[in-house]
Amino acid sequence: MTALGPAPAPAPPAGDPVPAPPLVELRGVRAAYGTIEVLHGVDLSLMPGEVLAVLGPNGAGKTTMLNVLAGLHPLSGGDVFVAGRRTNGASAADLARVGLCLVPEGRGIFPNLTVRENLRMAAHAGHDPRAVEEAAYERFPRLAQRRRQLAGTLSGGEQQMLALARGLATDPAVLVLDELSMGLAPLVVEELYGQVAELARRGVSILVVEQFARVVLGVADRAAIMLGGRVTDVGAPDEIESKLSAAYLGG
Amino acid sequence: MDQFLQATITGIATAAILAVAASGLVLTYTTTGIFNFAHGAIGMLGAFAYWQLRFDWGWPAPVALLVVLGVLAPLLGVAIELVVMRGLHDAPEAARVVVSVGLLAALLGLGLWVWPTDVARPLTRFWGNEHISVLGVRLTWHEVVAILVAAGLALGLRALLYGTRAGLAMRAAVDDRALSMLNGARPHRSAVLAWAIGCTCAALAGILISPAIGLMHVNLTLMIVNAYAAAMIGRLRNLPMTFAGAVALGLLDAYALTYLPTDSILLAQFRFAIPVILLFAVLLVLRQDRLRGHAARSTREVVPRPGWSGSLATAALFVAAGVVAAQITSAPDAVAVQKIVAVAIIALSLVPLVGFAGQLSLCQMSFAGIGAVVMAHHGHGGDPVGLLLATVVAGAVGALVALPTVRLAGIYLALATAAFAMMLDLWIFGLRDFEVGPLSISIFGTGSVAVDPIDVPGVDSAHDRLVFLSVVFALLYLLVVAIRRSTFGQRLLAFKDSPAASATLGVNTMLVRLAVFTLSAAMAGFGGALYGGTLGAVSAQNFAFAQSLPLLLLAVVGGIGTAAGALVAGVLVGGLPLLVEVAPWFENVNRVLPGTMGIALGRNPNGIAHQIRVGLAPLRRQPALLAGTVAGVAAVVGLRLAEVLTGTPFALALAAVPAAGGLAAQVLAARRAAGATATEGPDDVPLEWAGIVRPFTAEEVATMDRVLGLERRPEPTPSLAGAPSGVSAPARTAAGAGR
Ligand SMILES: Nc1ncnc2c1ncn2[C@@H]1O[C@H](COP(=O)(O)OP(=O)(O)OP(=O)(O)O)[C@@H](O)[C@H]1O
Ligand SMILES: [Mg+2]
Repeated sequence: MTALGPAPAPAPPAGDPVPAPPLVELRGVRAAYGTIEVLHGVDLSLMPGEVLAVLGPNGAGKTTMLNVLAGLHPLSGGDVFVAGRRTNGASAADLARVGLCLVPEGRGIFPNLTVRENLRMAAHAGHDPRAVEEAAYERFPRLAQRRRQLAGTLSGGEQQMLALARGLATDPAVLVLDELSMGLAPLVVEELYGQVAELARRGVSILVVEQFARVVLGVADRAAIMLGGRVTDVGAPDEIESKLSAAYLGG
Repeated sequence: MDQFLQATITGIATAAILAVAASGLVLTYTTTGIFNFAHGAIGMLGAFAYWQLRFDWGWPAPVALLVVLGVLAPLLGVAIELVVMRGLHDAPEAARVVVSVGLLAALLGLGLWVWPTDVARPLTRFWGNEHISVLGVRLTWHEVVAILVAAGLALGLRALLYGTRAGLAMRAAVDDRALSMLNGARPHRSAVLAWAIGCTCAALAGILISPAIGLMHVNLTLMIVNAYAAAMIGRLRNLPMTFAGAVALGLLDAYALTYLPTDSILLAQFRFAIPVILLFAVLLVLRQDRLRGHAARSTREVVPRPGWSGSLATAALFVAAGVVAAQITSAPDAVAVQKIVAVAIIALSLVPLVGFAGQLSLCQMSFAGIGAVVMAHHGHGGDPVGLLLATVVAGAVGALVALPTVRLAGIYLALATAAFAMMLDLWIFGLRDFEVGPLSISIFGTGSVAVDPIDVPGVDSAHDRLVFLSVVFALLYLLVVAIRRSTFGQRLLAFKDSPAASATLGVNTMLVRLAVFTLSAAMAGFGGALYGGTLGAVSAQNFAFAQSLPLLLLAVVGGIGTAAGALVAGVLVGGLPLLVEVAPWFENVNRVLPGTMGIALGRNPNGIAHQIRVGLAPLRRQPALLAGTVAGVAAVVGLRLAEVLTGTPFALALAAVPAAGGLAAQVLAARRAAGATATEGPDDVPLEWAGIVRPFTAEEVATMDRVLGLERRPEPTPSLAGAPSGVSAPARTAAGAGR
């Protein structure tokens, strides 16, 4: 049993100025693989300019939630809003074009294209491929030396850098990261999250799913716990950290 | 010297046409991940359409060209993408090959339907035989155009794929479709574009090559095998290498024509087999590339593990069906039904190979042909030794083919087996009797050889033989069941699901593949020997490559994971032609039917047999209904024996009774299930399992919220014109954050 008491009825705190509407909002989102439902009504919102970390055990449905948000997986109930517009059923390509960028779980790269082509691929409508490429090399100088190499032959860390660089290429309004750290050495993880923190300082809104709780909670403004297909808790990072073990051990 | 120069120039002109065809193939493969076996059939249709407009209706050549290449071919490409290929990108590779082979068969059938073979269709070169002289060598304007077109296409395609965002997006989509969408690409559009261009290339190649090889359906369709070889040299994605491969092939062909001795029996037909042999060789030396974009993300096939009791009952049913069929057929009809059973035996050989091991073979009929030939020469008077020898020889040839090809998978194996089949077709099966050292070898002799039906004591009439064949089929069915249940069978399935994982588990994958291929070839040879016996006289046409296609298609459509599916294939391959005799209009339908069914497979990978089993499953749980259905079938058969019910009404009644039984059982089961949920309510599963075995109900969510002490989530605020209310939502998060 968690230590949650009955929550107070939601009401806007008196006297506060009306806060900006959320940039991304999921309301009662349900999703299923075949007949098996894995998201049972997810509620989550991402405020402009914040870094929101989502933590949870394997199989909680985090990846599924991000895929629904990015238009890769259909929802079977609820609504998704991006910048105040309902985006249920919008295609991934359209969402990408309006500035929602998902760096998917695993290696978010095209293994049979070169590093350069991977970056150019990111430069869709209205972006200058050359500028995108230069910006990426500036951020990750290691990639510059490997621009002609096939991305599939890069090391795991380099591939993840490329995936992140690709994600940042078009200055997305919302960056969604799924397990950036998968299978990487701690030092590389620190380096990647250094970049994420840098982006956050520049005001990009970031939704990040991560198993490396310590690193990501250091960067996040708020954190959420996802359990069994639902967001069970949202709060300040330190608050969430203390509840984590209970959540993971099935409290 | 002049001769050499002339051959070189002619070879380059041929190469140009091959290059056009091959680059279309490479384009669709690199951009959609689907290897288009139907490429040649599309080229064939293009050539025929051009003939129709230009020569039959007498349109001016430029207009006809524009209509075919600018309108018809791209439209066909778009239609293929939208109707056939869309949705296949995450299907198992075997399903993709079958769909594409099905398209080949369907388009070939369509061509034969629209332009029957009984009319001669001359198609002349552009500008007739006008020519120029280069270095003292004759070069027709037609050839000049072909070379220029190929060069232009090479530059254009390279610019498209490597120089434009559309091309980059095409290549990216093959690598990782979802990711390319995350990059703002629209893979559907890329695929449509790629298929449109690919079909145009095919049609262009077809039009250019027709004057040289004649406007003939099968030849044009298979001409493309040469293009396959060129594309393979380019590893299916490297355009410059593909062009180099085309040049090599074109030159080889021209030199072979010029220099090969024409008086040798062995080499007379050899020239036609060169591209196929080269294709085979290239497949063997090719460094196996990581297959691109080919991970099947969803396994949609079902291979049930059959139990012994059920299988024995099924086998008994086969025998009983054979006995009944023998009772109710006339002697000629009994022979016809024998053919069905014999084809089913050949189709059964595909079950371990394709169904269990996931290896595709497009040369099963060739193995059957080898069996039939051996039986013809060594089974005089139906000597069982001939049958044994047929099995052994076919198995040995199978092992020989498998030895070099075992490391191939997917389309590569399919292509290698196709190349083998065509090598037999184009060269070996056409050989007259010849001698190699002390051996004198005879194949189809002067065209056809007689095969005696197997001689078994007590089996004399056509009816006896029908029963005998049913028993053989039932026994082989049990053998396949035994294979499925053995460790070997489990290895095959494990291997199909994950070759890499089963290798790490210590399974010698090469040996497993070799064994299953050999076994399958031996079974096909055995079946072929029996099939030959039912035909009486066999020729190369009975076992041509084009015969292997419907066999594989229909076996897969019948349900390749189960032995019963083979029977469906036997009935469809062996039985549909019988229908043509009754209803001639059916001939054209029959031409396109196997292909169409193969295409439909993309939507239902488990095949018909599985569908029927699922449909009849509820019947087993309703003893009364089951007994009623069996009694009904028995009654129909009884009526037939009493000659009350015959012909078509009998066939319809025979099908209708089990269907009605299955339907009734389903209705009953559904009604019972509805009653159950109404009374038992949502307590049917323990709470821990709710949400796993079925979705949560609203009450359960409420209960869990209560137990866990979670805040009751506020109802979503109604939004105005799609925009969320700006106040309540952040308020909720603010409340959440403040907890
Ligand atoms: N393609 C699929 N088909 C069927 N079930 C799936 C599929 N993908 C995920 N699931 C199931 O959905 C549930 C949620 O999966 P998801 O990948 O969203 O979890 P996750 O929280 O991202 O886990 P992890 O931390 O391991 O990445 C799991 O139970 C998983 O088995
Ligand atoms: Mg995940």
